[in-house]
Amino acid sequence: MVSFIVQRIAQGIVVMAAMSLLVFLGVYAIGNPIDVLLAPDATQEIRTQTIARYGLDRPLYEQYGQFVWRVLHGDLGRSFVFNMPVTDLIFMRLPATLELTLAAVLGATVIGIPLGIYAGYRPQSRTARWIMAISVIGFSVPTFWIGLVLILTFAVTLGWLPAGGRGETANLFGIEWSFLTGNGLKHLLLPALNLSLFKLALMIRLARAGTREIMLTDTVRFARATGQSETTIIRHHVLRLISIPLVTVFGLELGSTLAFAVVTETIFSWPGVGKLIIDSIQSLDRPVMVAYLVLVSLLFIAINFVVDLCYVALDPRMQKG
Amino acid sequence: MSEPLLSVYGLKTNFDTRHGLLRAVDDVSFSLDRGEILGLVGESGSGKSVTGFSLLGLIEAPGRIAGGSIRFDGQELVGASIDILRSIRGRRIAMIFQDPAMTLNPVLTIRQQMKLAYDAHQSGNTGDFTARALEVLSKVGIPDPAARIDAYPHQFSGGMRQRVAIAIALMHRPDIIIADEPTTALDVSIQAQILAEMRGLAQETGTALIWISHDLATIAALANRIAVMYAGRIVEQGTTAALIRAPRHPYTQGLLNSRPDRFPPKAKLPQIRGAMPSLSNLPQGCAFAPRCQFATDLCRSAIPPWSGTLHDGFACYHPLERTP
Repeated sequence: MVSFIVQRIAQGIVVMAAMSLLVFLGVYAIGNPIDVLLAPDATQEIRTQTIARYGLDRPLYEQYGQFVWRVLHGDLGRSFVFNMPVTDLIFMRLPATLELTLAAVLGATVIGIPLGIYAGYRPQSRTARWIMAISVIGFSVPTFWIGLVLILTFAVTLGWLPAGGRGETANLFGIEWSFLTGNGLKHLLLPALNLSLFKLALMIRLARAGTREIMLTDTVRFARATGQSETTIIRHHVLRLISIPLVTVFGLELGSTLAFAVVTETIFSWPGVGKLIIDSIQSLDRPVMVAYLVLVSLLFIAINFVVDLCYVALDPRMQKG
Repeated sequence: MSEPLLSVYGLKTNFDTRHGLLRAVDDVSFSLDRGEILGLVGESGSGKSVTGFSLLGLIEAPGRIAGGSIRFDGQELVGASIDILRSIRGRRIAMIFQDPAMTLNPVLTIRQQMKLAYDAHQSGNTGDFTARALEVLSKVGIPDPAARIDAYPHQFSGGMRQRVAIAIALMHRPDIIIADEPTTALDVSIQAQILAEMRGLAQETGTALIWISHDLATIAALANRIAVMYAGRIVEQGTTAALIRAPRHPYTQGLLNSRPDRFPPKAKLPQIRGAMPSLSNLPQGCAFAPRCQFATDLCRSAIPPWSGTLHDGFACYHPLERTP
């Protein structure tokens, strides 16, 4: 177990090193930030000074070396545009994205898995067909369109819910959260719903496929032959046996949604990190892009690590390997 | 004579498939006394496993029990409510399956699985779960059960896994254990051990066994009585000694003739020519007629009726002579 953890951490370090290099080179290739930093009429002297100040006159490998050195000391640089530390900028926006993502992914999981299990348990029933119809819609209709329809229906036509923004927030652990106030919850509902539909569809399909497969196995037959009730069989056998793919997808979706909830955040003017990264790409704000992508890689590695630990907890056969 | 523990009359189990109605079990009748070991023998697809599942009401769509009667200890099981069936499953009639690697849940410990089976029947449980679990585990020959009970199935060998399944089946002291080819997936040496132990356990606990197998030799070594199934029907039934010594049905004779131990090494083994017809394409009349050397026009036009009792008899127009 300890060797497993050490091995995973070592792998994570390698991935981080590779990612940081790729990100650095990729961002380097997309344009000269000096054009953004300076007014077109700046003198050659100011130009030279600025270039030197940001170290842009150094060779590429030296710039990368300095970047890595600073990152290791917790300094991801300053935003060109906002002229403040990038970490502050990102962590200011992160709670908004975090609560939106968690609401969407957890909601999709908590609702999707029982629906999927039902659809897999009684595949011929009318309810199961409805559930599958919902999942087809969730899969095939684009997120931005559903977002717009939600706004038009619930905000514009019915006027029940606000169309955008975070609403009132309350402070918890020194961070502002929307879900703690009634008004904030109202603001959270539509974007979370919008973001969760695809994941809901995914969870339904996974849980359904797993349940259908497990219900036909001898494990379930044997459990039935010992007189166990269907509820016991679903709770203790089926749920445990289908949980590995569900945990995998949960982790992947959590990571990718945290990193790339851009569309929904834009439609609902949700002040999260997704909007920040889009703005920084448009203004060629290199430190923000680099720092953001590095943090996202770190996030994925961390989530995958937790998912791997869950595998071991869920399936004892993995403890050996 | 008192009523047998289990009497099955005219049991029919059908599967409604795309290829039409398959009569997997067709007009099957037999009985089982307390403590008796009945061997149910037949090729794959002969309906022997479906018969076993039917007894517990474990037939799933598109299959269903279409007729007949299963009387168990004075109670009718065909058409019984799911609550009644569930109260019998595991407590009065237990079942073990072919491949223990598939039946035990790989992600639960033996203790957790035994607890689920134990808790399925609250009433009649006196005393402590752990004590009972350890008792049955040691009864089936698991060494050091107190340590092994918290292991997972993959930490056991195939034979040990099947012993665990048998222990779970024994937990509620059932009247009948239905064993569906429980040794087929095991090594020959382990097979022999488990067979001997099962016979001992059945004698000791007074549990009746229905032992389903395609292997007549195994069954002959274990069972008091044998029922031979062919294409969904019982074609012959009788005490092991009589059936082995003097079979009446040509199919039984064919099975006996195919046993390699009856012939010198390197001799060509006789076989029953042809193959069992598919259930979707049964011939008219006796299903065995196309492969039978004694078949006449009568065999090819009408299904032979059962001659005999629930314990003993055959379904054939041209039975082999019983030589004295």
